[in-house]
Amino acid sequence: MKVQAVSHLRFYIKVLKEQMMKGSFLVPYIIMLTVEGMPLLYLELAVGQRMRQGSIGAWRTINPYLSGVGVASVVVSFFLSMYYNVINAWAFWYLFHSFQDPLPWSVCPLNGNRTGYDEECEKASSTQYFWYRKTLNISPSIQESGAVQWEPALCLILAWLLVYLCILRGTESTGKVVYFTALLPYCVLIVYLVRGLTLHGATNGLAYMFTPKMEQLANPKAWINAATQIFFSLGLGFGSLIAFASYNEPSNNCQKHAVIVSIINSSTSIFASVVTFSIYGFKATFNYESCLNKVILLLTNSFDLEDGFLTVSNLEEVKSYLASAYPSKYSEVFPQIKNCSLESELETAVQGTGLAFIVYTEAIKNMEVSQLWSVLYFFMLLMLGIGSMLGNTAAILTPLTDSKVISSYLPKEAISGLVCLVSCAIGLVFTMEAGNYWFDIFNDYAATLPLLLIVLVEAAAVCYLYGLRRFESDLKAMTGHALNWYWKAMWGGVSPLLIISLFVFYLSDYIITGTLQYQAWDASQGQLVTKDYPPYALAIIGLLVASSTMCIPLGALGTFIVRRLKRRDTASVA
Amino acid sequence: MSPSRKILWAPNPSFLEAGKSTIKVLADGRFSVWHRKGVTMSWMGPREDAENAFKVRLSLRTALGDKAYAWDTNEEYLFKAMVAFSMRRVPNREGTEISHVLLCNVTQRVSFWFVVTDPSRNHTLPAVEVQSAIRMNRNRINNAFFLNDQTLEFLRIPATLAPPTDPSVPIWIIIFGVIFCIVIVATMLLILSGIRQHRRKNKGPSEMEDTEDKWENTVKIENGIPCDPLDMKGGHVNDAFVTEDERLTPL
Repeated sequence: MKVQAVSHLRFYIKVLKEQMMKGSFLVPYIIMLTVEGMPLLYLELAVGQRMRQGSIGAWRTINPYLSGVGVASVVVSFFLSMYYNVINAWAFWYLFHSFQDPLPWSVCPLNGNRTGYDEECEKASSTQYFWYRKTLNISPSIQESGAVQWEPALCLILAWLLVYLCILRGTESTGKVVYFTALLPYCVLIVYLVRGLTLHGATNGLAYMFTPKMEQLANPKAWINAATQIFFSLGLGFGSLIAFASYNEPSNNCQKHAVIVSIINSSTSIFASVVTFSIYGFKATFNYESCLNKVILLLTNSFDLEDGFLTVSNLEEVKSYLASAYPSKYSEVFPQIKNCSLESELETAVQGTGLAFIVYTEAIKNMEVSQLWSVLYFFMLLMLGIGSMLGNTAAILTPLTDSKVISSYLPKEAISGLVCLVSCAIGLVFTMEAGNYWFDIFNDYAATLPLLLIVLVEAAAVCYLYGLRRFESDLKAMTGHALNWYWKAMWGGVSPLLIISLFVFYLSDYIITGTLQYQAWDASQGQLVTKDYPPYALAIIGLLVASSTMCIPLGALGTFIVRRLKRRDTASVA
Repeated sequence: MSPSRKILWAPNPSFLEAGKSTIKVLADGRFSVWHRKGVTMSWMGPREDAENAFKVRLSLRTALGDKAYAWDTNEEYLFKAMVAFSMRRVPNREGTEISHVLLCNVTQRVSFWFVVTDPSRNHTLPAVEVQSAIRMNRNRINNAFFLNDQTLEFLRIPATLAPPTDPSVPIWIIIFGVIFCIVIVATMLLILSGIRQHRRKNKGPSEMEDTEDKWENTVKIENGIPCDPLDMKGGHVNDAFVTEDERLTPL
């Protein structure tokens, strides 16, 4: 029962996290969830519950040539745990800095002779400056690595210590912690919902979220993003689902659980989206109004109009009057007048970690009692992140502790400690000055393509290698329920086809754009610029993708060779 | 942009509409500005003097909202007094009087230009001196008008911004230290209790080993088929066995 709850709660932890990280679009999300997420989730749970082993053993049992699939899952989980904990380190950093008045990202530091603000901070905003300069101390390009920053490194070590503390005693203790890390974010989310909906301008964000944009639905990228987000949030292909389900009772009704978890997943993501977009609307409205105020101030000062004469309502008519009455002067001032638009503010979609750390801190600094909101938000982010890490490390540790070779030499605590130590040491790379660029590489490439391939192989293996009918009868014998035709249709046809099409889109996208590019922070301009990856970075990207995907064919090859050798031995003996 | 050009060409809708201001450039390069309405002072002087003039801009409604007072000649008198006060604190300029401060070109904004002349009224004081005097007494001047650095602006006189308060030890390190210690203590406790449990288990089974061997033997002999009921991995699951388990209340 405990472990069932564990498997429930662990899933929608990741949802919240990914929800906060990327803006979501409802229609593709829900469709992908029903067509891909639910069937594949049920599949993995059923496999784990049936085979009662971690991912490596489970796939080896299904078909000896598939032992590579489990290894690939473990490798992907290992990469994920390496870079994911850096997010927790950053959350710790922001959390510790939230106890100051005023918040350090709300004011710019002063320049040398105290007559103005720091130049980089003036060009960018204070929240961006705090993120890029104070937190990351980012270098202008990926080639300039710089030194390890001791502050984020300390936070990373703390994050890993916390993870080690939680997984120390194995899955039982992890279960208790997951209760805590999963329920607390819900409470904070409810508090934020109430606060978010009462913010000025929240309705703008909500209107933006609920109006379907037909052009974006036609864009395949939206569907791809929704699909990969489903994969990530449900934890498909990581092996953690199989690991957790292997502790379940065999008669456990995993179909019911799969459906329940998916529904909880989607309702949580809608809930989180409402909060997200109301805060987004507040930030966009705030920026829009301050943009208008700047224009008003500029015009008032240039034309010496009476203070308070220009308001938002008469701005346009006064502008046209000034343009006609004083054309020369107006044309001098005109280049500095920005075109303020609420739509463009709402559409500045920041992807990835930037959303969580820049956009939200910007919204929070404008709320009253901002320290409280900041502490709550980063505490929630931390809970979600630690919860995700626990799932990841469980996916790595379960196969390791299952294997008799390793567990006979070392006790459980030592294995966990070793894994944490190695990941932490490699994770220090992400605390260097160019660390964020490497982080983006891992974030974009370590998990997306390999996961697709792993899930595709899983679905195809169960349906065609193991046999759909055989699996169906196994499930019936185990749980006592017959398999619904919907699941059979999905497993056999629709889901694999969908994954193949996703693959095709990804590859065609890559081929069309040519080389891969990344966003680098330019301190002199105070904004992001696009640069090409150097060859060695491209090589590392290739290595990342290859090391996990190659496990599958290599595993098959290895088993084939071992069998050949055995046959030769038995033949020579006979 | 030199201030002289600013004075000549700065448009103000109400003034220029009614044609109320006249600007005369004289032959020797001096200039004068005359206003018919709202005149405080018009002056004639060499062009270089114009570089010692500063523009001041007030945003009364932004700062005070409904409580904004009207800018009239009395407020201007107070302003002149504050500037004279600031100059008097500069060594060598203790003799500055209110009449030495000249204001001009007051707009509806409210903005105006001012210049400080020396006692002989022939030359204006150098810009550097006026700048440093105003900077030192900026706070007093702001308070006299209930304004701050942003709403009472002296163009070309940058304000000294208040430095952020830096505590000796950054706060975040304190909190980090606290949480770090808590986590390390908890980890140590868990590891130690784990080691203790392990030792207790090691002592226990050594007594039980004989009985375990017997148990294994009986299982093997029973039925003649070696069955291991504890091994559920990959084998067929006996439904009857499973339902027996379910009678026990799950954890």
